[in-house]
Amino acid sequence: MDHKKIMVAMSGGVDSSVTAALLLQKGHDVQGLTMRIWDGPVEVADDARRVAERLGIPHHLIDLRDQFRQRVVAPFCAEYLAGKTPNPCVLCNQAFKFRVLLDRAAELGADGLATGHYVRLWQHEGRYVLAKGRSLNKDQSYFLFTLTQQQLGRVCFPLGDLDKEQVRALACQWQLPVAAKSDSQDICFIPDGDYIRFLEQHAALKDLSGDIVHVDGRILGRHSGIYRYTIGQRRGLGLAWPEPLFVARIDAARRQVVVGERCHLDVAELTLQDCNWIIPRPSDSLRCRVRIRYRHREAEATVTVVDEKRCRVVFDRPEQGVTPGQAAVFYDQDRVLGGGWII
Amino acid sequence: MKRIYLDNNATTAVRAEVLEAMLPFYREQFGNPSSIHWAGRSVSEAVEEARERVARLLNARPEEIVFTSCGSESNALALRGSVVFSEAWNGHVITTAVEHPAVLNSVRFLEKQGVAVTILPVDGDGLVDLDLLEASIRPETLLISAMWGNNETGTLFPVAEIGAIARRHKVRFHTDAVQAIGRVPVDVQAAGVDLLSLSGHKFGAPKGVGALYVRKGTGLTPLIHGGHQERGRRAGTLNVPGIVGLGVACERAAADLDLQVPRIRALRDRLEEGILSRVSEVRVNGHRRQRLPNTLNVSFAYIEGEAILLFLDMKGVAASSGSACMSDSFGNSHVIDAMGVDPMMANSNIRFGLGPDTTEEDIDFVLEILPPIIQKLRDMSPFYSEKAAG
Repeated sequence: MDHKKIMVAMSGGVDSSVTAALLLQKGHDVQGLTMRIWDGPVEVADDARRVAERLGIPHHLIDLRDQFRQRVVAPFCAEYLAGKTPNPCVLCNQAFKFRVLLDRAAELGADGLATGHYVRLWQHEGRYVLAKGRSLNKDQSYFLFTLTQQQLGRVCFPLGDLDKEQVRALACQWQLPVAAKSDSQDICFIPDGDYIRFLEQHAALKDLSGDIVHVDGRILGRHSGIYRYTIGQRRGLGLAWPEPLFVARIDAARRQVVVGERCHLDVAELTLQDCNWIIPRPSDSLRCRVRIRYRHREAEATVTVVDEKRCRVVFDRPEQGVTPGQAAVFYDQDRVLGGGWII
Repeated sequence: MKRIYLDNNATTAVRAEVLEAMLPFYREQFGNPSSIHWAGRSVSEAVEEARERVARLLNARPEEIVFTSCGSESNALALRGSVVFSEAWNGHVITTAVEHPAVLNSVRFLEKQGVAVTILPVDGDGLVDLDLLEASIRPETLLISAMWGNNETGTLFPVAEIGAIARRHKVRFHTDAVQAIGRVPVDVQAAGVDLLSLSGHKFGAPKGVGALYVRKGTGLTPLIHGGHQERGRRAGTLNVPGIVGLGVACERAAADLDLQVPRIRALRDRLEEGILSRVSEVRVNGHRRQRLPNTLNVSFAYIEGEAILLFLDMKGVAASSGSACMSDSFGNSHVIDAMGVDPMMANSNIRFGLGPDTTEEDIDFVLEILPPIIQKLRDMSPFYSEKAAG
């Protein structure tokens, strides 16, 4: 039997609990690891500990609040203040979670790290292939485009072939004390989902109020802070206009929120920075499908490599809701080719 | 000193959640489940819930479960209860040479009453010859009793194949599954079993509670006469806390087949491979593949198993020589003998029984201390020095 020592990142939720159980079922030597990343109640850690007890595996709780604040929360706030809409989950996977957990797993003598992401991973011709989870409506590959080949060699994703109902059924069958827990939807450090209040409490906010401007240059009104707006946003603008208006752009330098009619949301091309390639980096350009936010249906595009870290994406047909700060991820069918951050 | 318990085939600790479920039934809910008043009713519900849990684990119906005091009682009820019910005192019973004493001695008791008995031999792996089993069936055969998993070697009988033979000849089939529950999947439908014995303390329930599965339509005469408890199949006030605990343990056992057993099996294999690679002239007793995942029975030539146990115990490691039921008696194990093992080897066997609390560190510790113990004992052994001289 391929018997390995595997560390499981356990959040106390259903997915990571079943992940640990599935690895036990395969006969691996499993240990649970829970990160304390934010102040507030430690009940999630208690849930994880209870599951570990139920499974009879060792459980480690590590306090990473400082690192998390530094590497995830601070950039998250900074992005908003720079007029972008950050994606903290991708950011966390890139700058924090997989780095810290892989290090910890190695320190604790584990051969690898497992998480409860719904993605598939296999080896082909000496490289790791990352693909969407079999259950497409749970697929989380978008969040993992930043993983390097080296990282992929040390991780596994046991839920990739399952759907949520199957995972719940397993949790129930194995009497894991989390079977009935609901899915978490929000950003983990903002459990109430009110990110504006969060920024006002945690970010060094200067006066970021300014004008709401039409794309044609006319000033239509005032806003009380650019971080309150997201591209594509329609509600809450407080403007009287014959046609519906949407946020088309945020100009942080001028503290302007630029609005326009729906047609002004169209974006034909965009630039990505800090790109990562799961496949070997192409020498010039390639045709693929590009997903520009988690729940986006990928669009046909041509991706051209500009340099080591940057790419240019040209859509076949213009896309709406292209938002700086979000990730753009390239797919060939189910396979993740790579991705980058929208500037 | 660190204490390492590797004798889980003898008995197991009561699981924390089992104990927790039992406690209210000592003082708060102390009623007699046979009473019709409030104090009895709620307790009766708890007993029936436990019955459902036991039935679910076996793929049986709740009304097919009879609670008993232990595995031995279940075996006795199955064997004596079947023969007495048949009133065929000139009938015939088939069993195997490697059964637990609770079965073998019940059969011997029946033999004294006039019942004809066939005790089937086993091969070097501890398995019975199924053709011989089938050929042993006579028109007057009442019952075949063959265990699911052997308590000394862990060898698993092909229960479903035996069940099919029994069914083909319309002979009642009893299996002693005391060691199998919680370690391998046990399904009375798939196995074609009519009677199945289990015991709580082998898988995290307390001592003093067991059960017998009795397929619907299988008549039994009780061993204990009295009230109408257990549908007239076993009189006596029910051991309510024990029964509640047994129910919870059964519920957990189903999940643990997936969650604990693979790890335990990997640790057992690690122990086995480690011993085989570190110590010479060693024999693993029992079938290498068809075996309980937690059990390792191994013989070390030239020395006595009891001596090894003593030295292991001095280092805090609890193991056993074959069956705990036999360890106060002299002589070789009837199971190892029946397998035709060289007497020198048969007398030198010890059994490791891993459990849910066993860790990799435990196994590595045993692998570290065992080879020097064996060497020390061999250095003292006249057989070993003879061999070295010869």
